[in-house]
Order: sequence, then structure tokens, then C-alpha cells
Amino acid sequence: MQLYRTLWRLAEVVEVVPETPRTKSLVLDVPDWEGHKAGQHVDVRLTAPDGYQAQRSYSIASAPEDERLVLTVDRLEDGEVSPYLTEVLMAGDKLEFRGPIGGYFTWEEGDGGPLLLVGGGSGVVPLMAMIRHRAIVGSDVPTRLLYSSRSYEEIIYRKELENLAARDGSLEVVHTLTRSRPQDWSGHHRRIDSEMLAEVSWSPQERPLAFVCGPTPLVEAVGSALVGLGHEPARVKTERFGATGG
Amino acid sequence: MGEGFFSRGFLGRRRNRQDTALPPGQYLEDGFPVLSAGPTPHTPLEEWDFSIVGELDEPKRWTWEEFKGLPSEEITKDIHCVTKWSKLETRWEGVSVDTLLEGVETAAGYVTAYCDGDYTTNLPLEDVTGGKAWVAYAYDGEPLEPVHGGPARLLVPHLYFWKSAKWVRGLQLTTYDIPGFWESLGYHNYGDPWLEQRYWGD
Repeated sequence: MQLYRTLWRLAEVVEVVPETPRTKSLVLDVPDWEGHKAGQHVDVRLTAPDGYQAQRSYSIASAPEDERLVLTVDRLEDGEVSPYLTEVLMAGDKLEFRGPIGGYFTWEEGDGGPLLLVGGGSGVVPLMAMIRHRAIVGSDVPTRLLYSSRSYEEIIYRKELENLAARDGSLEVVHTLTRSRPQDWSGHHRRIDSEMLAEVSWSPQERPLAFVCGPTPLVEAVGSALVGLGHEPARVKTERFGATGG
Repeated sequence: MGEGFFSRGFLGRRRNRQDTALPPGQYLEDGFPVLSAGPTPHTPLEEWDFSIVGELDEPKRWTWEEFKGLPSEEITKDIHCVTKWSKLETRWEGVSVDTLLEGVETAAGYVTAYCDGDYTTNLPLEDVTGGKAWVAYAYDGEPLEPVHGGPARLLVPHLYFWKSAKWVRGLQLTTYDIPGFWESLGYHNYGDPWLEQRYWGD
């Protein structure tokens, strides 16, 4: 086991990109970034003038191969850190963070597949890092993303996912909208359930590697449904965004 | 890094007196967030048992019925998750690890808690004895829900909460320290929240 110390360091904010009404991507310049694995997160630390500090974890959205480190942050209404990151932070600011962190909810091309990615809301962020990594290295590991959003407007990375799927026959993107949907919406419009997973996923015999990320009720439902459909629990990796106050 | 650095425009939430009870880098949480690496296991109580194995003369084992018959304690403790939330004065009921280890003579210095879902976590033996750890089966007066580790989880409130292994099924007593699941994946081997031992090298 290699013991290293994850030190606090400063990134420069290059750009703040609106993704949806509630989410923004922070594009960061990190001198000497040593790289990360798709799926990992960083800890961000804010410091007030009186020395008070607040820390939270955010998933990395960019591929390891990308030049910039990108975090996509969902603004929580009663949050302490996410409103600052999405409303106050701007290009030219410095942001203190440490990482990358987390060695389990990660995927590299060599880990193989087929890959079943299931995301809810901003839970798509670490999955997007995997999809971007896969695209950049030219991987043809068969990949399906089942992505649950409240509404069409709240689908993060919608255009990019569309473009990636259009030019890559081994990537399929399936959306479901849980609260409202456009009049001409022909896709799923309910919470992810066992029936939807059976339809979208590979069969248990094909032994997909599943990554599930989202709010706890979604992760619980999807995890149980996949196991119920006969998938091996050990090939279902989960990450939850359960906390309030972020 | 960070000495003298301030985040432009950040004031932080108004501080209240409770924050002084929080370890560094933690924030107060009223809900009960859930974190785990895989699907929630659902072991039927008739198949559930709890064992103590490893460095002891006779392994010990309790069925669910036997376990619920052991003397239990009510515990009220603050808990601190490495993902930054803390929750104050959480109320649990369970069996003290001291009770489970009663009469056991061992040369072991460490324990590995093992769980349904193949999760493990490692602790020094002295951190689970002397009234510091329990196997809890009730939370806030109700049977512990599966999503929070039910039927039973380890409760070691003085360390980060990943050490309080969910779905625990036993303790292995060992003479040497074996890093557990998160401890092998970049998280601190000991995990003292007051020393902010989150990750390797902290």
C-alpha cells in the first residue's frame, strides 16, 4: 500500500459554465495535476475571513485525460458550500481543494464491461467522467447510461451525451423524466424501477459492471432491483448523495 | 497550503454554539445520510448470526434470538462521518462489545469487523473495549433499518463512522492489523475525527 498525503492546494477557476438552472461546472486550472481515475472526487474547502472553514466533497466530471479539472456542482437551496460555488465563485478566483479521493467507485478502460451506468440528478457527474474517459481513449466497451432527471431542463450534459451517443454505436443513453416532461417526450417518464432496468440493462448472464450514483432512494431502489434481477451484488457499485446542507 | 488564504466572498453559515461540539471540517446534519459501496443486503433474521473468531480458544456464536437475549445498553453519542456530516446525540440500543468478549482471553491487538456484502473494517482491540463500542440493533427507539445497517451494525462513535460497520456479522481477533475495505482504498487506517484523520497520511 502506497501511503501518500493528500495536501490542500489551490486551483484557479478558469470558467464557470452553467449546465442547468441548478448546476454549474467549475473549470479549474491545477498546476501539476497528477491525474485521477474516472469516478473519484475531491474535497473542497472554503475559508471565511474569521478563519471559519467548511468542507464538502464533489465528484470530478472531467476525464483523467482532460487538460482541465472540472467539477459539476448542484446548488442545494439550504446549502452552505454549493450556493457559494454556483453563485459567487467566478473566473479568476482561487479554490482550495485536495484529492483525488476514493478508490472504489472508479472505472478505467482496462476494467472492461459491459458497463451499466445508472444516475439520478447530479449523480450523473462521476458517470460522465467515465463516459468522457471512454470516449477520449477510444474505448468500445459497450456502455449504457440510464439517467433520471426531474425535468428536461434539468438534464445535465444533455447535448454532449446526445453527440457522444450519435457518433458511437457502443454508447446508448436512455433518459427518464420524473416530474415534468415536454409535450412531445416519447421516453420514460417515471422513477427507475425493476422493469425499466430489465429493459435497459444487459442480462445478468452478460455480467455487466454497474455503477449507480444518485440520491439514496434511487440508489436503494436500483441496487435492490439489480440484485433482484439476478445481478451479482459485488458487480454493483454505488455512491449516494444523501446529505443535505452541502 | 491554505495559511492566509480566504475564499473571496465566503462568510459561511452563521455559527452557533453547537458547532463547538464538532470536530474540524465537520458540519451539523439533522437528517441521517446514507453511504455504502454496494446494494443493501437483506439477511433474514433466521439466517443471521454473530460470531467472534480468530485469536481465541473457542469461537463464539449467537443466533439472532440469543443475541437479543444478551444484556443491552442504551447509548447516546455524537457521530461523525468522513464525508463531513456530524449528527449530535444519536440514540442507539445494542450490546456492548465488552459483553461479547466477556471471558475471552486473547493475544490479539486488533479486530476486523466483517459484514454482509463483504465489507470489512479494522480497529485496534482497545478501541472496541472499555465501553467504547457496541453492536447496535435499534436506532431512536426503532429496529435499525437495513439502509442504516440493520439488523445490526457496529457502533464506534469516537472514530469516523465508516468504522461503525453496517450489517456486521462478526469480529475477527487478530494479532496484526489488516486494513479493511476503505482503509485499503485511501482512507485513514485509524480515523480519529478530532485529529481529522480522513485519508492516508492525514
